[in-house]
Amino acid sequence: MTESAVATRRPREPRATRRRGDIVSLRRARWGWAFTAPFAVFLLLFLLIPLVYAFVMSLQNTTLAGGTSWVGLANYAKAFTDPLFLDGVWRVMLFAIVMIPAQMIVALVAALLIDALTTRFAKISRLLIFVPYAVPVVIGALMWGFLYSPSFGPAQELFGAFGLQAPNFFSDQNVFGSLVNIVTWQWAGYYMIIMYAALQGVDPSIYEAARVDGANAWQVALRIKIPMIASSLLLVLVFALIGTLQFFNEPQMLRGMASGSITSNYTPNIYAYTVAFSYHQFNYASAIAFALGLVIFVGSYAFMFATRKRSGLMK
Amino acid sequence: MTATLATGSGSGSPAHDDRPARNRRSSGGRAPHRRGGRQVIPHIILAAFIVYFALPFWWLIVASTKSQQTLFDGKTSALWFSGDFDLFSNIGALFTYSGGLYAHWLGNSFLYAIAGGVGATVLSVLAGYGFSMYGFRGRRLFFAVVLGSVMVPATVLVIPLFVMMSGAHLTNTIWAIILPSMLNPFAVYLMKVYTDEAIPPEMVDAARVDGAGEVRIFARVALPLMRPAVVTVLLLSVVGTWNNFFLPLVMFSNPQLFPVTVGLGALQSQAQVNTGGQSLWNLVITGALISIIPLIVSFLTLQRYWQGGLSIGSVK
Repeated sequence: MTESAVATRRPREPRATRRRGDIVSLRRARWGWAFTAPFAVFLLLFLLIPLVYAFVMSLQNTTLAGGTSWVGLANYAKAFTDPLFLDGVWRVMLFAIVMIPAQMIVALVAALLIDALTTRFAKISRLLIFVPYAVPVVIGALMWGFLYSPSFGPAQELFGAFGLQAPNFFSDQNVFGSLVNIVTWQWAGYYMIIMYAALQGVDPSIYEAARVDGANAWQVALRIKIPMIASSLLLVLVFALIGTLQFFNEPQMLRGMASGSITSNYTPNIYAYTVAFSYHQFNYASAIAFALGLVIFVGSYAFMFATRKRSGLMK
Repeated sequence: MTATLATGSGSGSPAHDDRPARNRRSSGGRAPHRRGGRQVIPHIILAAFIVYFALPFWWLIVASTKSQQTLFDGKTSALWFSGDFDLFSNIGALFTYSGGLYAHWLGNSFLYAIAGGVGATVLSVLAGYGFSMYGFRGRRLFFAVVLGSVMVPATVLVIPLFVMMSGAHLTNTIWAIILPSMLNPFAVYLMKVYTDEAIPPEMVDAARVDGAGEVRIFARVALPLMRPAVVTVLLLSVVGTWNNFFLPLVMFSNPQLFPVTVGLGALQSQAQVNTGGQSLWNLVITGALISIIPLIVSFLTLQRYWQGGLSIGSVK
């Protein structure tokens, strides 16, 4: 059922192109622009122009005495030798290595269980695991900040029940893990829904065949289900990668509580924010943000290109 | 749900066959196999997941019923109610704090989310329809730009947007957040893909033969067919704007204009600094609880729409 249907589902060419040249199609072309023009204006004003403007700013320097001058790529050279920036880049890469697998494993296990179990309980779990996605990221970080709080959080109680001392979630060593936990809690449910939707789309007769061949549930999950939803897994990976490299909201929110452990250059985004809005160096901040954006754009594009056969992301 | 909206081949399966597949599955011979002892362990794992994902909510509900003395006195468990029930006095204190600032924040969040969400939906429905239905010069390039702009990280845009908005004297006005929120390239992409699938060309041609104008065809023929995708895009855009933190954080310095996300962030850091009285924590906690109710309620009640939307997301 899958392959033939896939082929017929490609977006068709607009039918006007078939008759290019005659008056009808000319009139239609004008209608095409009329429908897309309002969006085009917003795209221009709030995306393309700001993008170009950010690039221009990153090539300039502004001083109180000397005004604005062109400095070429000096801001970029500065960024890539700035230990504060590189420190943040290194940290988000570390976050990517730890956080993305954590989220994906939780999401995959939940999706496989909910797909395999057809009980009402599984249905309720699906909703409950997803609910954190409906909470604004900032409020999610705030809620975990409460839970981590040594003065009114439940941590000491929970750890005490096992005869343990609660760790200080905000210490220099632990704040990394505390953030990984918040992000996993917030996003695993969303990724689970994507994976679950993909699992629901797999033709169940494939499982039947495997079962007849003597495969147990564990083998079906590992050898059939996971490979069948590889494209969704790759998509989740790209989403998570883009999100992680832009890490901002959660650490920014915890900064107040974890005073000292989350520095003003904890992630490149927090650094750009600090440089722009605390030090008012918009030129250098633009260079940092642009360099980061370029890394994200090229990285995700290259990743999607490299995996295009598996993922079908770029057809 | 998914069947109405999922398109393309990402999941390796056509969405329109989704529902029959599911039916086949539940009525098929597989289910009886699975009954019995082997399901206990999966259920225990799921229960553990539920405890983990629900814990912060439970704590928040419990904590919002406590006065700040009870919150800090260490006598009652952090995960269970104390003898007193102070939720309503906390809510009262929250809404009278600083001349009803919290009500302003909630109202702002609604205003920005609805204005930005509706605007984004209108623009992307029109554009998606235009891309799908008309072949015009520059269409391919234009659509490639739309796809590329989905991947532009928000951060890169925030700094230049701030400088441009402040140049236009629009920072600290509601437009600083509403206008940029109306741009949603991903929604255009979703609408285009959906329109490709949902509207048969013969139907549009037939309407043209009958003498209907292009606007009339869009409004009377196409729009009703596009409705499921329109609702999904509206929902996702509203939620996106409601959750936005970085942009309003940068654009607003006047607390009267904060949405609830930025407002609670500010209140929290104030509570942090207030070492003497610890006087604001019960407000922050109750405020967080109230702020998450609207979205959770709408997500739970509008399930069939967002699930469809998320599975379009899973396709591309």
